[in-house]
Parts: sequence; structure tokens; C-alpha cells
Amino acid sequence: MTTLLMVEHLKKKFGALVATDDVSLSLNPGECHAVIGPNGAGKTTLIHQLSGKLTPDSGRIIFNGADVTSVPPHIRAHAGLMRSFQITSLIPGFTVLENAALAAQARAGSSFRFFRPAARDQAVNVAALEALDAVGLADRAAAMASELSHGEKRALELAVALAGRPKALLLDEPMAGMGREESRALTEVLVDLRHSLPILLVEHDMEAVFALADRISVLVYGRIVASGTPDQIRADPVVRDAYLGDEADAAVL
Amino acid sequence: MKDAAAPLAAPHADAAGPLRRAAPALVLFAFLALIPALAEVWGGGYLTSLAMRAMILALAASALDLLIGRAGLVSFGHAAYVGLGAYVTGIFITEGMASVALILPAVIISCALFAFITGAISLRTSGVSFIMITLAFGQMLYFGASSLSAYGADDGLTLWERADVFGTGLLYDNLGLFYTLLLTLIAAHVAASALAASRFGRVLIGAKQNAERVAAMGFDVFRYRLAAYVIAGVVAGIAGFFLANQAEFVSPAYMSWQRSGDLIIIVVLGGMGTRSGALLGAIAFVALEEGLSSLTHDWRLIFGPLLILAALTAKRGIAGLVDAPEARR
Repeated sequence: MTTLLMVEHLKKKFGALVATDDVSLSLNPGECHAVIGPNGAGKTTLIHQLSGKLTPDSGRIIFNGADVTSVPPHIRAHAGLMRSFQITSLIPGFTVLENAALAAQARAGSSFRFFRPAARDQAVNVAALEALDAVGLADRAAAMASELSHGEKRALELAVALAGRPKALLLDEPMAGMGREESRALTEVLVDLRHSLPILLVEHDMEAVFALADRISVLVYGRIVASGTPDQIRADPVVRDAYLGDEADAAVL
Repeated sequence: MKDAAAPLAAPHADAAGPLRRAAPALVLFAFLALIPALAEVWGGGYLTSLAMRAMILALAASALDLLIGRAGLVSFGHAAYVGLGAYVTGIFITEGMASVALILPAVIISCALFAFITGAISLRTSGVSFIMITLAFGQMLYFGASSLSAYGADDGLTLWERADVFGTGLLYDNLGLFYTLLLTLIAAHVAASALAASRFGRVLIGAKQNAERVAAMGFDVFRYRLAAYVIAGVVAGIAGFFLANQAEFVSPAYMSWQRSGDLIIIVVLGGMGTRSGALLGAIAFVALEEGLSSLTHDWRLIFGPLLILAALTAKRGIAGLVDAPEARR
């Protein structure tokens, strides 16, 4: 059981603003590690550095034994570190199946194939359909991605990440903008996944976080102020301080 | 799982039957195939050479549409590849190396190389910068050709013979050239349709709509775009090979930015990212140019507003009116 994702002393500044301040965390096989924090704490900046959209000023990111600190996003994804987007990022003119199939295609041999119809690639279609099935979208496979409801788009967002058969998932607020029912349904999906697939979860929905996380790290002003099991975090006075004034979250805590 | 996947192989691509999808192109190819016979009755050699011009433009435009319509890359220097192909052909023939076994590899290699080098630079940019930088590379070739004093410089280069196809003289008469060009165009059309539905095409089209997501899936978008850029350059170069043989003349004007603009007009008029758009656009372009210029010397005054009308009313161009419905791409 070696650590799958290891983040060491990560730092990122935007001018005078320290968005990520000496963040170290880890993700082990079979675990869901949640990063929570108030708005502006630097959660998305952290995800961007882990996925490769931003390069940290200093620190290291080790994934699956390799240093990926300054490796571009597509190589990290290819290595099995797959992200989802906080703001739904799909291919609107593709069907639901094609969205997932393109992700599956990335992990199923070369895509420098110019003549055979991609739609008849059964191995890719099966992988895509499995991912859609896992999030409950299999019966919408033929719909255009642009025609989906918000909740369905969020589910497809996750399915696209799954279709790439990742070794670890970086989920950036998967419940963003979802209603309570939809949010619960997606939490169910993730509960089923989390022990087969390590997840680094950034999420505002505390109900989902406490239902899913094996470990929680609390990010405030770019700095991890507390890290531990859900019970430890619930009891931590520093965490309660950080969330004072944010009544909804404080109530759950 | 496997059983469930089978009927879902292609939810959109097969929405229309294969015959319905191929129908507009089949009709056009049949029409083109009949042109030499038609020319016997009406129009003569003029009609044949007009049709050849349309086919050469269609070949170059189908290459450009791979970039504009499929990959979302608006190249404003695509005529440079037509010109490069024409010049390589012209220079080889002038130097006594008239065999296609020499010319075609030279055309392919030079266009691929130029596309690879300039594409690797241009594709670092996007949007307006990409348009400007492709324009600049195109103009670079244009001025390069203008200064080739050994090969006619500004005045262009007249060819005294056409390319030799293994001693058969296939291209020496216009009929042979016509049908060789038509077969090449059909092959390019079939290949372009296959490519759009292939794994490669899926990555390109996906990246046009959402490059960040496609990269997050694990694709190096740059490499796919560069490959498309090279393919489009080579196909345009082959169009240039035919242009040189048909006109028996090459000129720097083939590479000018106005010619690149004409190709963009053809792609937009025909319908970007459609099956038969390049074909329809090229035929419409040549027909309009001929028809309108016979009416008035200032035919562009009518052509311009027509283009604006087409761009405003038909989002998928002429192909949008005749092609089978396709996924919105």
C-alpha cells in the first residue's frame, strides 16, 4: 500500500496573494480524501496544480511514483490521474456516449487511426457504456450532451472521468449546482466507487463530504489548518473557527 | 454489458442510411463525370476546363475544411500549399523530370515539410493570431515564388509539357486529366468522410468544441492538430499538381492571400464541417464567378452581398440544404 498521490510543500502565488501556502497531502489506494474550506480558500487552485493546468511555484507532486510537478495535463491524464471540472466541461455537439467514448479512446490504443469508424469500436463503446452505467446515464447514451439537464450533465462529467479508467480521480466540486436529491444520488455513485478508485474530493456539500471521506483536510487561505478523520475534523476547534459565519456548513459540522 | 453496447454502436452517425448520406456527393460526381460528354454538345473545351477548375478548388477546399470545419483552425494561408504543389510540379517538368514517380513524392514531401514546420509554429497560437500567422507564412511563400528568377519570377512559368504517367500519356489530353482529377477528388472525398468519423476525427472535432476537456482526457491536442495541418497541406499540394498540369502554367498569384480567401469562401459557402460542402462550395463558386462576370465586369459587387446572405441565412452553407441531417458539430 504505497501512497498513490503525494503532494509536498506546494506553493503558488498570484502577485501578493498566496493561493497555495505550503500544502502537503496524500492520497492512498482505496481512500477518499476530501479537501474542504470556505470560498476563496484556494481549493480550485490546488486542483489546477494537481491536474497540470497551473504549475506550482515550488513543491512537488508525485503520482504513482513519478514526479509530475511540471508535466502537462494530458500526460497526467494518460498516467491515470483524471480530473472532473467544477464548471461542467463536456463536448456539447457529441452524444452522451460519444463524450464517454472519446475519454475511453484515450486509454485504448493510438488515436492516430484515420479510416475505421470510431463509432464501431466495440472495446471503446463497452468501456464508455460501463462508465455511463455507473452514473446511471446508460439510457441517455444517444442524447446530445447539450440536451441534458444540469444534474445529468454533472453525472456525465463524472462518467467522462471514469471512462478513461483512471488510477485516481480528482473531483472538483462534483455536486456543484445540484439539488439535494441529485446530490444524494451522485453521492451514492461515489460511495460505490471510492474503495475501488481513490478519490481526492473538493466539495462544498458537507453532507456528501462526511458521507464519503475517509480523511478530510481543511484548507483556509491556502493553508491546511487541520487534517484527520471525519470525527476528528468535526471536533476540531480550529475548523469550527474557520467555518463560523458560514451557518449552513457550521450546522453540519 | 457487452450485449447492451451492441445496438448503441453509433447513435448519431447512422441516423440517416449510408445511401442517403452519400447521395449529394454521388449526384455531383455523376454530374461531373458527364461534363466531357456534355461539352461535346455545349461549351466545348471551355466547359471542361471550367469543371476542372472547380474540381481543383474542391480538392483544395476539402483539405481546408479539415482544418476549418473539423479542427476549428481558420488557416488564411492555404493557397500557399496549392502554389507550392504547382511550383514543385512546374520546376520538375522544366528541369526535365516530368515523371509523376518523381513529381508526386516531391510535392508530398515539400508540402508536408512546409506544413510541419509552419504548423508547429502557428499552432502555438489560436484565434486571430493563428489566422495572421498562417497568412504571414502564405505571403512568405508568395514572395519567395515571386523572386524565383530562374523560374519566371513575377511573370510565372509556362510549362511546355504535362507530367508523364509511366509513359502512358494519361494526362496529356484533357480527357485523361479530367478523369484522373475526378477520381482523385472522389478518393479525397471518401477519405475525408472516413477521417471525420475515425478516432482521429473524433479527437479533432472534440478539441474544436472543448480543447481543455479533450486534453484532460489524455490527448495531446497539439499533435492531432499538427497532423491535420500536414494532411491538409499535402492534399492542397496535390490540388496544385493538377492546377499546374491543367493550366500548363504556374504563377506566384496561385499563392496570394486572395486565393486563400477564395478557399475560405468556398468552405463557408459550401458548409463548414459537412460531407459535401467543399464540393458544393467550389462548384457554386466557379458557377457564380462565371455567371456573374458574364453579366458585369464588377461581378464582385453582386458576389459579395450574395456571400453575406449565404453566411447569414444558411449556417451550414449549401450542404445544409442538401446533406442528410448530421450531429451538430
